Amino acid sequence: MTGEIDMATAPRFRQRLLAAISAGAQDVVIDLSGVDFIDSTGLGVLMGAAKRVRSAEGDIRLVMVGSRLADLIELTRLDRVLDVFDSVSAATEDSEP
Amino acid sequence: MADPASIDFEIPARPEYLSLVRSLVVEAADMDTNLSRERVEDFKVAVSEATTNAIEAHARACRDESIRIRCKITEDRIEFHITDRGFGFYPDQIQVLPEPDDPSRLNFERGLGIYLMRVLSDDVEINSGPDGTQVCLAIHLSANDSDC
Repeated sequence: MTGEIDMATAPRFRQRLLAAISAGAQDVVIDLSGVDFIDSTGLGVLMGAAKRVRSAEGDIRLVMVGSRLADLIELTRLDRVLDVFDSVSAATEDSEP
Repeated sequence: MADPASIDFEIPARPEYLSLVRSLVVEAADMDTNLSRERVEDFKVAVSEATTNAIEAHARACRDESIRIRCKITEDRIEFHITDRGFGFYPDQIQVLPEPDDPSRLNFERGLGIYLMRVLSDDVEINSGPDGTQVCLAIHLSANDSDC
């Protein structure tokens, strides 16, 4: 993902995530390194996706590199329900943050 | 800092205008070079959340009217006033979300907007009634305790 995730772009983001989940993806890595803005609508999409994936015994791993996104995830304490990694390789290598 | 100014504008109640509003936040904040990039980014999120709520309020009320936004720049603060003509709500009656450790927290995709407005702005005032809602968000340019 790149750019901004807000009310305008969240539907497309949600659609892409749901397509991957529907295709059978169990452990989903979402690289948000190129995203320079996310708001509560975007965070809600991540929550919804995590719920779906976990109901299928899978998990969602977020990749963020030194961004304000990571601060926002921490501020909302969603880092306690969403696993955050600092690189795609870390997210794919290890099941724990 | 530039001279005090007040700028009124309207946007169609459509999500594609959110990015424009955020740009205006950055432009207004850039008039004070002492504001850190982090604080500007925080305030941008807060204003975007209020504008998103306003757009949703008009959609729920099936109103085709514009959202009114006032940007007020003074010596010591920048304010954004976002006014909609939706059905209004009672801020004190917003549902309390489960704690992050609670697995049921993932059942709530919404409900973070007002929280983010409160923690990412220096001052927040919400006035809501059956004819609409006005949200005033402010960021201080220097130590100042006055409210919206």
